[in-house]
Amino acid sequence: MMYSDKVMDHFANPRNVGVVEDADGVGQVGNPVCGDMMTFTIKVKDDRLEDVKFQTFGCGAAIAVSSMVSEMAKGKTLEEALAITNDSVAEELGGLPKNKMHCSNLGADALHEAIKDYQARREGAPPREAKPMDAHEHEGQVCPYCDHALEPEDKVFCRACRVEFEECPSCGGITKKGDRACVHCGKPLGPDAQE
Amino acid sequence: MGASGPAAPAEAVMKRIYLDHIAATPVHPAVREAMAPFLAGTFGNPRSFHAEGRDALAALEEARGKVAALIGAEDAEIYFTSNGTEANNFAIKGLALGRQAQGTHIVVSAVEHPSVLNPVKALGKMGFTSTIVPVDGAGRIDPGEVAKALTPRTTLVSIMTANSEVGTIEPAAEIAALCRERGVLFHTDAVAAAGNIPIDVKALGADALSLSGDQFYGPKGAAALFVRRGTRILPLLDGGVQEGGRRGGTENVAGAVGLGRAAELARQEMPGRTARVAALRDRLLEELPARVERVLVTGSREARLPHHASFCIEFVEGEAMMLSLDMQGIAASSGSACASKSLKASHVLLAMGLDHATAQGSLVFSLIDDTTREDIDHLLDVFPPIIDRLRRMSPLFTQYLKEKGR
Repeated sequence: MMYSDKVMDHFANPRNVGVVEDADGVGQVGNPVCGDMMTFTIKVKDDRLEDVKFQTFGCGAAIAVSSMVSEMAKGKTLEEALAITNDSVAEELGGLPKNKMHCSNLGADALHEAIKDYQARREGAPPREAKPMDAHEHEGQVCPYCDHALEPEDKVFCRACRVEFEECPSCGGITKKGDRACVHCGKPLGPDAQE
Repeated sequence: MGASGPAAPAEAVMKRIYLDHIAATPVHPAVREAMAPFLAGTFGNPRSFHAEGRDALAALEEARGKVAALIGAEDAEIYFTSNGTEANNFAIKGLALGRQAQGTHIVVSAVEHPSVLNPVKALGKMGFTSTIVPVDGAGRIDPGEVAKALTPRTTLVSIMTANSEVGTIEPAAEIAALCRERGVLFHTDAVAAAGNIPIDVKALGADALSLSGDQFYGPKGAAALFVRRGTRILPLLDGGVQEGGRRGGTENVAGAVGLGRAAELARQEMPGRTARVAALRDRLLEELPARVERVLVTGSREARLPHHASFCIEFVEGEAMMLSLDMQGIAASSGSACASKSLKASHVLLAMGLDHATAQGSLVFSLIDDTTREDIDHLLDVFPPIIDRLRRMSPLFTQYLKEKGR
């Protein structure tokens, strides 16, 4: 597996590691079940992120993503910080391996959670306690032709068969795009479904 | 790292310390030498009736004899395959389908390699059923559990000789004996064990056994399945007359010759190799948990592969440790979800009862023949700061310190 130089740099020399004292917001995503867990703490002044720190339990990609998010967010207004997306973080890192896009690339989500926590506190909510979230399930859909597990982000495409799929509107199963009937329930698809 | 002076010239090229024997061993120079003629001049097809073919056939059969000798088998009981996965598939599917009329129930353990578990799963789609036997906290299979799992419909049991992730050597001979008593075939995946610990198929009582050359200084792409004479097995690859009609396809002559030479060397050098690496392994198993808190040894301490030291380091994730070690010139492996393409934590560690977070901290050091005391000392020196750095980043470690009141 190959990481970009930028990912390796952020992994070897992560920026903004730690916990902000008396944080104004705390955000946490992930779970050890998936291998990655990220905690962000923020300090807000005049609607700007004065300080951003993170702690991450996870692989090289997860650490690099967290570090990059902290760097991108520091000094930004809350609105600007909320515009940072997981995809823009991955892009900034020079890309991530495909199988890391789902679990490890959650840094922006963790930051947004921290900002939401800050906003909720301003409306009188109690400070959020950082604790592991429920695990999301990896057992997803499988290709109906070869049983190859489809990763969540490529639900519509089997990399083994190189076939494009769509979700059947009747049964929710994954079936070949352009077919006239669902491979699972046999209900008509596409133009035939209109009748 | 800290501030250090200008790098000394000796440090300019970092010495690599390779501790990932279970992924692949280097090819022994004598193996390379034995293979060389078959990658150059001697190119014939062993099934051709001319001088070129005869030369290739002679080399292939000599290699078969050497592989047989490593495990106390007869020459005709060895079938060359392209890797351990093929050998396991051949055994599971070939033996189960060959006995389909007598029964369709298979027994395996929870810690088998995917190349055993997945063929069993595939047979499930063809009407076979299976029972997966649990393991204890050391990854050891209780023969009593195997006995309990046998039904009148059971035709095949497959239990590994030793586990590559935690190093535990399984009681394969005991399990083989109880299978024999009940008239059930017994296959053992000895890929991690063969060439590293002594194996005798007669003493073991196995009907089939898989082994692979890249686990004992042979080339990749050269492995074998032992099938006891008189055992019915259906081919995985239907084709010509090669391998007694049980494995079609032109043989990988150079690979087989390399496997044969590696088997010969293993037989001769095993006692010396074992003594040397086992002492270093013991030092690692002792010292690593002594130098870093909350490190546990995974697998059995007593019944263990001589070159294998495996751990779970709490509060840190395996791939991050592997990357950090790699930057220091050390190659290791991990069974963490992130380090695997499937993004699932090791089924072996979970079967042993470890929780997900602990299993994510899996780290395996598997020693090779030229691993030195200095290599292990260097690892022991660089390891604590690596863990310290990663733990300072880990929210789980922060939580642990808070709970401990530190």
